[in-house]
Amino acid sequence: MTNLSARAKFATAMLRTAATLSRVSGRGDGSVIGGRVGLTIEPRLLSMLAAGRQVALISGTNGKTTTTRFTAAALEAAGPVATNSFGANMPTGHTTALAKARDAVNCVLEVDEHYLPRLLNEATPQVIALLNLSRDQLDRAMEVSGLAAKWRTALSAAPDVPLIANADDPWVTWAAGASSRVTWVAGGQRWQEDSWVCPQCGKHLDRYGEFWRCTACGLSRPSPHWAVEGDSAVTPDGRRIPLDLRLPGQVNRANAVTALAVASAFGVPPEAAAPRLSEVKSVAGRYAVVRRDGRRVRLLLSKNPAGWLEAFDMLEPRCPVVLALNAREVDGFDTSWIYDVDFSPVQGRQVLAIGDRRMDLAVRLEVNGVRFEVVEDIAAAIQAVPPGDLEVIANYTAFQDIRAEFDRVN
Amino acid sequence: MSTSMLRLVWVYPDLLSTYGDRGNLLILSHRAESRGILTESVMVRSDQALPRQADIYLIGGGEDGPQSLAAEKLIADGAVAEAADAGRVVFAVCAGYQILGTSFIASDRECAGLGLLDMRSDRGPSRAVGELAGPVNPALGLPTLTGFENHGGRTHLGPETAALANVSHGIGNDGSTEGAFRGKVVGTYLHGPALARNPALADLLLAWAVGRAPEELPPLDDRWAQQLRQERIAALV
Ligand SMILES: [Zn+2]
Repeated sequence: MTNLSARAKFATAMLRTAATLSRVSGRGDGSVIGGRVGLTIEPRLLSMLAAGRQVALISGTNGKTTTTRFTAAALEAAGPVATNSFGANMPTGHTTALAKARDAVNCVLEVDEHYLPRLLNEATPQVIALLNLSRDQLDRAMEVSGLAAKWRTALSAAPDVPLIANADDPWVTWAAGASSRVTWVAGGQRWQEDSWVCPQCGKHLDRYGEFWRCTACGLSRPSPHWAVEGDSAVTPDGRRIPLDLRLPGQVNRANAVTALAVASAFGVPPEAAAPRLSEVKSVAGRYAVVRRDGRRVRLLLSKNPAGWLEAFDMLEPRCPVVLALNAREVDGFDTSWIYDVDFSPVQGRQVLAIGDRRMDLAVRLEVNGVRFEVVEDIAAAIQAVPPGDLEVIANYTAFQDIRAEFDRVN
Repeated sequence: MSTSMLRLVWVYPDLLSTYGDRGNLLILSHRAESRGILTESVMVRSDQALPRQADIYLIGGGEDGPQSLAAEKLIADGAVAEAADAGRVVFAVCAGYQILGTSFIASDRECAGLGLLDMRSDRGPSRAVGELAGPVNPALGLPTLTGFENHGGRTHLGPETAALANVSHGIGNDGSTEGAFRGKVVGTYLHGPALARNPALADLLLAWAVGRAPEELPPLDDRWAQQLRQERIAALV
């Protein structure tokens, strides 16, 4: 680890003080405010704190918090890890994560998609994992093609940085394609509505099962080095590593394989890393199971159409489900995207709609031919279902509201 | 109605399918089927020919690149213009709405539209993003228009085309009007989707397509849609 300048040391100390003060006064974990204080005193603090350490960046529309958590768990096999485990995924949060664990050589940072180019420059990563790109909060975020182009430009300027990228996502494939060192992962892509056309030339993409190819320019799915087969990860040399995950769904098996690939790049073999993934039971409330009045409630966070499709894949058969929708600023104000999701997978079970925008859900479910009830909130939903299991799928602020109801369960 | 089956065409989902506009197709189909009118929904990609005999053509929103490509393909294909001339129903949203005019700007370039509506679109001083509401043109006999707009363009209507609504909240075409129609060709900037928020507009399109007056369509239980409308409109004050 390199020595910090006097100014950087002072900035780091102030960052930690500000974060602690914010935390003890009950205003969140203090990552953002701490990082802001540190970066104000020393604008290059992030680069300085990253220098001389092994940094992995994890980015994409969905799954980055979970994959970061998996990767940190895997790397802990090799010692302490610096990571932004509270989802503070912008430079303020990264700076705080690095400042708090000064002794950790390995660092895993979840990066908001829009900040990837900046982190690429400032955090000098040894590896970057690219998960997926799909429509998300369209009323304010950059659209998928724009974001992919931004990634491609940034990654092309650093062609020697090793990438671990999802071969099943055409936009990610294209964004990573200019790099000379890509390890491809069969990361899956249930949601295909954003990849009708070739990212490279705009012509129609042909799909045959998981394979995809552009007939005009030849851009096609690279052969993956890492894959998921049943409940196992398959390594580049063909070894099968059992995954015994507590987190549900195919998408989390893919996230786990990505984490193993990152760990492997940092010298932690998958045999040592995989058992540690089984220790991850929830991620900042996601997948947490809480109990109330004889109901066992499992919390699933999904912010956009691709995420809702993945969440449907995680539902226990016949178990009642609460769908919770808000449209506050961080959610995006436009709820139209719920029409991009086919809700028929929730058919045949009790469905309850809650959240600020439950009327939008009601109209959507009615059009989809799904029987549903509208209730006031999560407490009312729990009373409306029989004792036993209950699944909850919520978008961002709806999820936080529900988590608050359960004492901010982690 | 051209056949016993109402044929709905979703134009170029590969190019124009952002913002949940597919919902308009789902709502038309649902509201028709709920009244015993069978529907067939056809998705036609931009490398395929559009059918000439469909009853309702739906065009959605999209980004600049796909928008200009879609316009070129629609002009070359000719089916939508021909269908509109034959009195078929066309309903377009956002980028698709701009394509119905004579010209629009995409990627800083002026592009030719289908010219089905006497209007042209250019760039506005800022992006219009947020809830929109306003009274619908009295000629259509519809309740308040409500929806969510998200566009950088501004649209200027010529004398041959009427505004769909006046704007009491939001920007729409130019801050004073929103959307446009001529005959059975209707366009709007609104998402939400537009027909989820405005079921009476959906019924007007259906009535046109089946050659009946809207009041002749059997009423549906619109409890949820009405509550959604009231909630969205009340949220503006
Ligand atoms: Zn191509």
